[in-house]
Amino acid sequence: MTEEILKIKDLHTHFFTDNGEIPAVDGVSLSIKKGEVVGIVGESGCGKSVTSLSIMQLIPSPPGKIVSGTIDFKGENLVHASNKRIKQIRGNEISMIFQEPMTSLDPLFTIGNQIREAIRIHQKVSKKEANQKSVEMLKLVGIPRAEEVMNDYPHQLSGGMRQRVMIAIAMACDPEILIADEPTTALDVTIQAQILDLMKKLNEEKETAVLLITHDLGVVAEICDRVVVMYAGQVVEEGTTREILKDPRHPYSQGLIRSLPKLHEKDQKLYSIPGTVPKPKMGMVGCRFRDRCRFVHERCYQENPELFSLENNRLSRCFLSDDAEGKVVKDAEANIGS
Amino acid sequence: MSIKEKDKQSVDEQSNPSKANQQFDQEDMKVISPWRDSFRQLRKNRFALFGFGIIVFFILLGLLAPLLTSYSYDATDPVNRLQPPSAENWLGTDDIGRDIFTRIAYGARVSLQVGFFAVTGALIFGTILGIVAGYFGRWIDMIISRIFDILLAFPSILLAIAIVAILGPSLENALIAIAIINIPIFGRLVRSKVISLREEEFVMAAKAQGMKNGRLIFHHILPNSIAPIIVQATLGFGTAILEAAALGFLGLGAQPPTPEWGAMLASSRAFIQLAPWTLIVPGVSIMLVVLGFNLIGDGLRDALDPKMKN
Repeated sequence: MTEEILKIKDLHTHFFTDNGEIPAVDGVSLSIKKGEVVGIVGESGCGKSVTSLSIMQLIPSPPGKIVSGTIDFKGENLVHASNKRIKQIRGNEISMIFQEPMTSLDPLFTIGNQIREAIRIHQKVSKKEANQKSVEMLKLVGIPRAEEVMNDYPHQLSGGMRQRVMIAIAMACDPEILIADEPTTALDVTIQAQILDLMKKLNEEKETAVLLITHDLGVVAEICDRVVVMYAGQVVEEGTTREILKDPRHPYSQGLIRSLPKLHEKDQKLYSIPGTVPKPKMGMVGCRFRDRCRFVHERCYQENPELFSLENNRLSRCFLSDDAEGKVVKDAEANIGS
Repeated sequence: MSIKEKDKQSVDEQSNPSKANQQFDQEDMKVISPWRDSFRQLRKNRFALFGFGIIVFFILLGLLAPLLTSYSYDATDPVNRLQPPSAENWLGTDDIGRDIFTRIAYGARVSLQVGFFAVTGALIFGTILGIVAGYFGRWIDMIISRIFDILLAFPSILLAIAIVAILGPSLENALIAIAIINIPIFGRLVRSKVISLREEEFVMAAKAQGMKNGRLIFHHILPNSIAPIIVQATLGFGTAILEAAALGFLGLGAQPPTPEWGAMLASSRAFIQLAPWTLIVPGVSIMLVVLGFNLIGDGLRDALDPKMKN
């Protein structure tokens, strides 16, 4: 087993707003191994992005704050790391790319300027060397006529090209972890596939671990080794991509996968999980998915489900996965069948 | 027939696609820096060019004053008092026989200098305070913004008078007063721009690259907020000159015999019926310079605003 380079334990990131304290991330634990691609899936507002920003210590503060929990990066707790140390880590050891490639580049500077800058923040190299490295990076991310693009301004490039540039910038210092916050959401499908291929390629060549945040299960299926499903600020299921896509255990994951359009079935209507995500608030008791769940029973209202361990290091936050309730599951399924 | 002709035409147009493509490519390949682009826009604006012409005229007038006139700006000639414009005295003489053209030319030096230094001072301090307030926020922003509010609560000329009253009337003190009253105007402008830029994704991305605050501010936030600063500085030039003239008119600015336009107006106002040129000439000069700066400022605003581009 390879070493875990990032270990998040019981992370709580809360936002202190005029309407009270909002637990956007409520006890998330996850880990990333060297060279692994981990996906975080969930619908809007489930805390995916806040988790990733917490890792980078980029939570806008105020109103946001990491209330408790540890983010362990190679034995170093990032929550308590000094500002200076965090700035050394950002972009150098952990990089991040954002959702909107159209606005992630400074419109006033040329592409070359911005990549050079990213390199020279962390590495003591001459302008010429930085230049060389920049062209190399642009070639690596598959930008044709890289030398010319160096002198282009962001508005002269398409969205896909800009996202490639963002990836080039993020990868310029050979980070150990690349956090990609919905990197393909703003791109059309063909470009999306290219960008995912590129990320997979970089992951394999450079052994960079990738934390991919997305709401798109298709993206997950394409490149992730392991998937973490989040719902309302919590991890509800974790397992390998194959397991989760083939045999989801948590009713929410099941719903997510059922709602995917299928190639061979000509259903009139796509399945959707009834109801909406509950607004996160302090002191919620019981399962957060209970109001939308097919298998809801009394226990869901009384206790907070823990993450139950299943075979193969799988985890699921549902009482149905509790061994003691194994029978109830069968019964419930039988009931629905009838 | 006509349809056929049209067809023929379209065929003609299509007949040389390679050339059309080539042209497009060349256009596409040319890399234009945003600044160059704005400059090109500015050159197309006739009003701005006109304003630019006025300012260049007055700058040259000030610079070349000793060459343009054989008079000295403080040489009195009691015999030729209040003379109308003539071949000898192009714009006439004032109440103690000084040549008005000479005084206007030397006065241009004074006014433009006041404008320049007052705006530069206000610009530097206002921008620094605005960036600090906008970028760091919280209590720092609170303190700086309240100071701006207090400064803006006074009518600006009243505040300037108060400051000059404390420091004593002189051109330098008028300059300092004008700079101070203009600080909050720049400060608030920069602060609001910085606050909106702070939320931009590229700033977040730059932070995620591990950029330090100083670098982020000077390399990304400042360059991106420079456009409104430039526009405000140009417009502020005109305001500063106007305020300097007002202080001069009140006797709080340049002291005689310095040929300051506002002071010239003040000293000639008793002769408005007897010798109107003594008032009209400095008055029109002030008006023209302010107009010039305003035209340039408006032109710059249009040129620097990407939404105004076509």
